[in-house]
Amino acid sequence: MEDEVVLSVENLSASYRKNIVLHDIQFNVRGGTLIGIVGPNGAGKSTLIKTLLEMHPRLTGSVQFFGTSFKKAKKKIGYVPQRGSVDWDFPTNALDVVMMGLYGQIGWLKRPSRKHKRKACEALEKMGMEAYADRQISQLSGGQQQRVFLARALVQEADLYFMDEPLAGVDAQTERAIMQTLKELKTNGKTVLVVHHDLQTVEDYFDHVLLLNRTVIDYGPTARVFTKENISKTYGGQLRWMKEESRHVVHSVE
Amino acid sequence: MWSTLLNSNTQWVLFSTMILGIAAGMIGCMAYWKRQSLLSDALAHAALPGVIIAFLILGEKNLFFLIIGAAISALIGAWFIQWISESTRIAEDSAMGMILSIFYGFGIMLLTIANRTAAGNQSGLDKFIFGQAATMIRSDVYTMLGLALLVIFIVFIGFKEWKIYLFDPEFAKGLGLSLKGMNVLYTAVLVTTIVIGIQAVGVILIAALLIIPSASARYWTHSFKVMLILSAVMGGLSGVAGTWLSTLGNGWPTGPFVVLVAAALFILSLIFGKEKGLFINYLYLKMDAQKSNARLETGGMAK
Repeated sequence: MEDEVVLSVENLSASYRKNIVLHDIQFNVRGGTLIGIVGPNGAGKSTLIKTLLEMHPRLTGSVQFFGTSFKKAKKKIGYVPQRGSVDWDFPTNALDVVMMGLYGQIGWLKRPSRKHKRKACEALEKMGMEAYADRQISQLSGGQQQRVFLARALVQEADLYFMDEPLAGVDAQTERAIMQTLKELKTNGKTVLVVHHDLQTVEDYFDHVLLLNRTVIDYGPTARVFTKENISKTYGGQLRWMKEESRHVVHSVE
Repeated sequence: MWSTLLNSNTQWVLFSTMILGIAAGMIGCMAYWKRQSLLSDALAHAALPGVIIAFLILGEKNLFFLIIGAAISALIGAWFIQWISESTRIAEDSAMGMILSIFYGFGIMLLTIANRTAAGNQSGLDKFIFGQAATMIRSDVYTMLGLALLVIFIVFIGFKEWKIYLFDPEFAKGLGLSLKGMNVLYTAVLVTTIVIGIQAVGVILIAALLIIPSASARYWTHSFKVMLILSAVMGGLSGVAGTWLSTLGNGWPTGPFVVLVAAALFILSLIFGKEKGLFINYLYLKMDAQKSNARLETGGMAK
């Protein structure tokens, strides 16, 4: 799996409400990497993931997963949507949500067995959520909800993961737990693409970076790509370097 | 008063409206989580022209064909609502309001025409507006019963598919569940449930049987499965009790009584429901107030 091209994107473009939000997207992802997708608001990060996973129509271009089509590679692909994409008031508990990740393996119209339940419990345990298995999802904190989503992705046992802002609005403890899981996945030869918005942690978290603003600004190993010049190119010069902390701050004013 | 219950035809009618209520309660649960409760009302109203047109073509009142007419008419209404809200600047709620009233108005106009014909005048087509379960003959009962059981079966075997479809459709799609297929199936069971109920409950009020039981069930549970079952039970209860009440008087319409029973169950749930019912909420508030009072008192000593 490692060093093999697991995802290749060519000449991809997509529009959203009649505006072209992505154009000339081109990049190849090798197995066993942990990639941060970084860019300003409205850069098309979520749209990119959704277009790759055929949840959003693509205008042009081609996408190959493991050298084949999305449909054929579907079982090897896991997806963690933004936390806000579902109604957390839905009457169900944490374990049940994790079980949903197993529906593909259980088979349609079949009932889950004890083995599946044990698998879901293990995934919850891995995310430090075993105590909350029976808890109503509406009663979980934002960080806990995010961990449940991660656990649901883990049970899929995919080789390639897409995660849409898994670290948005979570507490420090959850952030650590999630990052540890992602690094573990990488160690096991899996590939993870993560939409990320916190520039300060990019260098610590990801070995590859994809800088995105409507198109790929640059893509490659973090040390080479994540430069001051590239970042200001991506954020359109709205970025100021804070000398005293040597950290960057993004101004949201357009 | 109880003698009507002993009549075997009445028993069949009561049984079929109970099964109808169960199906409607289950489908209503789905409409609730799809946030489309009002759509069922629009589709029910949109079914009326189809019923009358089917009657005018056929020249006699055969529930099975009237149901097919109703279903086609409702589906055209559904298609218009979707088309208007996707392709024009008009929002979905306005689209539903427009389709509901236009189709219903058209239906009433057709009904007036149908009533001028000799067969139409005798047919009791007016009963389709507020519903009259007592006018159902045995074959009507079988048609309704068969289709309602089919709807219940479809919900039952695909329980976990329905759940993920309602909770997180995009993730379900990633797992390989066809959203297009689920949408078609959902519309099919929704429209089926609406149209089989129009003779018994009527086009105006059938939506209540879909909307109210699920809203009541929400007050009792935090589990989708239990909510589905409770909604089915309350729908079935409303169906059978409302129908029975309407048989007590001569020519009483069924729809209003079904709605009243459903509403009574809702009020009970709203007040006594164990999940955020008004009474329970009040009790918790009182208990919390007592606790913090007690803490204030002992806290003073601890200092």
